[in-house]
Amino acid sequence: MTETTRKTGVSRRTLLKSTAGLAGLAAGSGAITGFPYVMSAEPKVLRYLGTAVNEGDEISKQCLKDTGIKIEYITATTDDVTKRVMTQPNSFDVLDTEYFALKKIVPSGNILALDAKKIKEFDNITPVFTKGVTPGGKKIGGQGTAPWKVLYLEGKDSKKFATSATEFVTLIPTVYNADTLGIRPDIIKRPISSWAELLNPEFKGKASILNIPSIGIMDAAMVVEATGKYKYADKGNMTKEEIDLTMKVMTEAKKAGQFRAFWKDFNESVNLMASGETVIQSMWSPAVTKVRSMGIACTFQPLKEGYRSWASGFCVSKGVSGQKLEWAYEFVNWFLSGYAGAYLNRQGYYSAVLSTAKAHMEPYEWAYWMDGKAAEKDIKAPDGSLLEKAGAVRDGGSYEDRMGGVACWNAVMDENDYMVRKWNEFIAA
Amino acid sequence: MDTSEDILQQAAPGLIPGAGTARAAKPTRLSPSFISWLQAGPMMLVFLAFFLIPLVFVVIVSFWDYNEYQLLPAFSGRGYSDTFEGCIAQLPDLCTIAKTYLKTLKLCFLVWVITLFIGFWVAYFLAFHVKSKTWQMGLSLLCTIPFWTSNVIRMIAWIPLLGRNGLVNSGLVKTGLINHPVEWLLFSEFSVVLALVHLFTFFMVVPIFNSMVRIDKSLIEAAYDAGATGFQTLVNVIIPLTKPGIVIGSIFVITIVMGDFITIGVMGGQQIAAAGKIIETRVNALQFPAAAANAVILLVITFLIITLMSRIVDIKKEL
Repeated sequence: MTETTRKTGVSRRTLLKSTAGLAGLAAGSGAITGFPYVMSAEPKVLRYLGTAVNEGDEISKQCLKDTGIKIEYITATTDDVTKRVMTQPNSFDVLDTEYFALKKIVPSGNILALDAKKIKEFDNITPVFTKGVTPGGKKIGGQGTAPWKVLYLEGKDSKKFATSATEFVTLIPTVYNADTLGIRPDIIKRPISSWAELLNPEFKGKASILNIPSIGIMDAAMVVEATGKYKYADKGNMTKEEIDLTMKVMTEAKKAGQFRAFWKDFNESVNLMASGETVIQSMWSPAVTKVRSMGIACTFQPLKEGYRSWASGFCVSKGVSGQKLEWAYEFVNWFLSGYAGAYLNRQGYYSAVLSTAKAHMEPYEWAYWMDGKAAEKDIKAPDGSLLEKAGAVRDGGSYEDRMGGVACWNAVMDENDYMVRKWNEFIAA
Repeated sequence: MDTSEDILQQAAPGLIPGAGTARAAKPTRLSPSFISWLQAGPMMLVFLAFFLIPLVFVVIVSFWDYNEYQLLPAFSGRGYSDTFEGCIAQLPDLCTIAKTYLKTLKLCFLVWVITLFIGFWVAYFLAFHVKSKTWQMGLSLLCTIPFWTSNVIRMIAWIPLLGRNGLVNSGLVKTGLINHPVEWLLFSEFSVVLALVHLFTFFMVVPIFNSMVRIDKSLIEAAYDAGATGFQTLVNVIIPLTKPGIVIGSIFVITIVMGDFITIGVMGGQQIAAAGKIIETRVNALQFPAAAANAVILLVITFLIITLMSRIVDIKKEL
């Protein structure tokens, strides 16, 4: 009887804390700690919190087929995922988030590091994550929150990042990519080779940058450095003076009318570009693909200063234990076993374990997406729609060239608070 | 149309003096004040639980400290001092917060004036020129159409119309009025005001219309008989009697526009500062106390505006 009362109490509290709907699920699936776990006939369900990047329907269907684990997606924006981890750690089981968020998430103690020994393919994870080099041996730029800086914890319950490899992994790597500027080659009609072009008066009123401070500031820093105005010690961890300087350059450009608009949402970036409102802007790979699939020329332009990269991976909520934790390991192991990796590769992202993904892709697909070769046949998206005709070559070329050309990573700076204030000032200017 | 007294009587027989039948049927009666409390009670509780208590929390949190990942429940004015950073040091230049509020107030004023003008005449047309109730209802429903679409869809819809290669620009170029497409049609203060007016005129129409249909037609006839011109009737009879509707509509529009950041963001190309935008950025950076401090500031300013307006018209008395 007391059991029942307690149960109601907790679920009501959770209901108040979390958004509607999830609460019943939380109580039902036994995610709330403090209850004796009941084995009987419970379906294998994992609540998966993340951005839309990895959350394909195909992935969850295949996962259910292969492992019997039912994945329930909780989709949120990058900022909202972090917010949710901080404020409602019991509202999810598996967390899919970016490495730069770890600087906020790990000290909060709301997530559980995973045990590297239980991840079958851990040793096959690309050295991009573990050592900061490409499989071909190219050194990758480490400015910002590079994954290898925050990959390990000192101990199971530690809140400190370890400087060398330990068995306690903050996020098991899943997906990453190298971002750059998107351009409209049909309107610009000349080669673009530097980030500095974003502020070129030639594109006055036709440029854009994204209005997510932690990512936008990195693009701004790439631009400032490319113009030769300043060279940062670490773009991903600026001093107050460096933030001031960066925002000053951007503010002057804004006042001069350089920017048509800023964008915040994937669809906004697609529309700005497709309608010709902008011809050069910060962009994400699938957005470029989407513009192209509308029959409009758009290039994800490789630039000589390099790419801004991001990476994400899996961990679990601190509330997950017992059988559920085993399912989480089973799910992560399944995710790295190839099907999901191939799916992500086909969208233009990169999978963390290359060997298993390769086994799930056709040789011609691998040659196009990973080796930078001209497509032998038409390239199709995971849903079967046509992405590129035979003969096309991927923007930026091979995996080695693209990941090897990374200059910095999305970051949370020590002066984040100051940076956010200055960003607001920039918008108000 | 039912008068409010009819409705009250149906809902609570015995409350209205003179509702004789109900009075006779009930020998033991609760005191009128108790019944009033009972009627207001549920709404009051909802208000308390979902508005006043959260608001108290917001004010408390606005005086807390914070770091990258948590709230620190220790008294701190940091949320406020950060917000007003540079307001004295940068003089005579304006600081971020002052600039932001000036911009927000400017947009708010423009939207208010335009929605009031349009809303008044739409309501006037509906109330005095449309005779059938069915038509009045149908036409009022038409005003809700802008609410049927999401913000993203709305933005996508404006680009083909106002964009560089949009309908308006290509039309103007073709007629030879301009040589090059004009840029200020989209992602500008113009487009923000246009979108806000398009959205919120409805909030003006409804309360003004409501006030207008309650005007006793014999008053207008009396004015006519006494030899008043149409304009004199409008200024001396209709506008004074519509005042409560105007004030209620204005409160709707002003509070919504003061707190808006989505429409201003989308239509302003994210380049126009708004009071709500500052709060959003702070919340997204997990700086909750700073966000709460900004929310308190916004609340105080909006409250001041509304107090000022209700000084001009005593809504309670007019209703």
